[in-house]
Amino acid sequence: MSGGVRAVVWILEATWEATVDAAAALLPPDAEIELLHVAFDAETFVRAGRRGLLGRHPHPPPGPDPVSTASEEEADGLLADAAERLGRAVTRTARRGRAEDEVLEVARDADLLVLARGGEPDHLGPKSVGHAERFVSDHAACAVLLVRA
Amino acid sequence: MSDALALVVALVVLAGTLAAAVSDARWASEAVIAVLGAGLLVALGALSPSQAWDALGDLAPTAAFLAALLVLAEACRRAGLFDALGTWLAAGSRGSPSRLLALVFGVAAVVTAVLSLDATVLLLTPVVLATALRLRTAPRPHVYASAHLANSASLLLPVSNLTNLLAFHASGLSFARFAALMAAPWAGVIAVEWAVLRRTFRADLRSAGRGPDVERTPLPRFAVAVLALTLAGFCLSSLAGIAPLWVAVAGAVALSLRVRATPVQVARAASPEFVAFVLALGVIVAAAAANGLTDAVDALLPSGEALPQLLLTAAVAAVLANLVNNLPATLVLVPVAAVAGGEGAVLAVLVGVNVGPNLTYTGSLATLLWRRVLLGEDEGTSLPEFVRLGVLTVPAGVVVAVVLLWAGLQVGG
Repeated sequence: MSGGVRAVVWILEATWEATVDAAAALLPPDAEIELLHVAFDAETFVRAGRRGLLGRHPHPPPGPDPVSTASEEEADGLLADAAERLGRAVTRTARRGRAEDEVLEVARDADLLVLARGGEPDHLGPKSVGHAERFVSDHAACAVLLVRA
Repeated sequence: MSDALALVVALVVLAGTLAAAVSDARWASEAVIAVLGAGLLVALGALSPSQAWDALGDLAPTAAFLAALLVLAEACRRAGLFDALGTWLAAGSRGSPSRLLALVFGVAAVVTAVLSLDATVLLLTPVVLATALRLRTAPRPHVYASAHLANSASLLLPVSNLTNLLAFHASGLSFARFAALMAAPWAGVIAVEWAVLRRTFRADLRSAGRGPDVERTPLPRFAVAVLALTLAGFCLSSLAGIAPLWVAVAGAVALSLRVRATPVQVARAASPEFVAFVLALGVIVAAAAANGLTDAVDALLPSGEALPQLLLTAAVAAVLANLVNNLPATLVLVPVAAVAGGEGAVLAVLVGVNVGPNLTYTGSLATLLWRRVLLGEDEGTSLPEFVRLGVLTVPAGVVVAVVLLWAGLQVGG
């Protein structure tokens, strides 16, 4: 792979260390690296759950929802730890929503997407790669590096 | 007004009220719309003032009971119960997402049973999310578990769900007998949830999270003691000839005094707007019932308490809960079921209306669709996954619970 590669590294809670280590070992020194984390959209989820109660609760106070604040802080912390472990200059991107869609969008103009395989590697068959990971690998426009984690 | 016209008007008012409730728009308070709708129905003669008064009198104790429980749950939050539970979850999991899921199941099942699904949705689920984040594990399995158990673990006690309170009042069951008959269905549904969630999220649960950095905060003893005494009081209330409402009021007052909640805070926790909404909704449903809805439901529900009838009853209840939300579904179904099938049928209705809403995370399919139609809302990205979980758990949970309910009725009937 020539220098100046643009690589997106998808970081997940369970497998971030192995993913970062693979990126550190395999990406050329002058690669442009973007660390990406996609958080579960907990705020929408919690808000929607309240709705099932048919107004049996006061309206939430104005201002940012503590749920989403905690979620954002955790994502920032994870990306910071990943950047530190990688020890290179990176850009960090924190997104929220359906992981498949967000990863494909961020990786649209990349040369390489690095991700952990997820799933259950010991099982033969399609579940050996996680659902979202398989979708992303299938539909990514760029080359994909699938890391065993 | 003819019966048919009165029924149509009552159903339109009901639809409008529910639309206001799910829209959570500030300009359309569901309480105001429900009260106006109920008033309109009486003014038009769809319901006589004395019938409306009877409906209100019938619902008032249940509404008061609900208000007391809401105050009790809020006082538990103020006492620090939920924050303490968060630290117990974190420390007990020792960094393992799989162990955390088991603990979330335990805590959510107990919180839902004792403090009602409202407490699990409003107070526990955010704590579960924060705990999973703090352990740096993928939070989805745990948050989904908490959200699911809020509904499916609400079968155990009359206080676990507003639907139960309504049925409890209508069925004339004692608190202890309700709990005895519902214990096995409650455990059965939780077992179904456990099997499905463990399997669905196997990959997420495989990894090790980071070790917890927290000490267990001691559980607030006074709050736990008040809850335990309140529960014991519920179980003994029928023996002593006291309405369980007064036990709930005593618990709510004791704990509110302890946490020094101001009268305004207590009043806010009691959710007077919602109480008004429930009362008005009861009047609206009574108008529809008096003008033909009861006959229609009667034709739909089987009579008798044999297993096939109970299964069909629960299925009808689950479908209706998804069509119109489970509160109106309960108001419509329970009186009919009580006449047609007795206590078994009433409890089968509860299985349907309590477990059924897990099909979507907004409590009913209707909420979801109505919000999409009314507000053009995109319901977030995790919906397909949640619905898939619902399809896996709801039919199986309903069947398991009804079979166990039926078996309990054979043994203890």
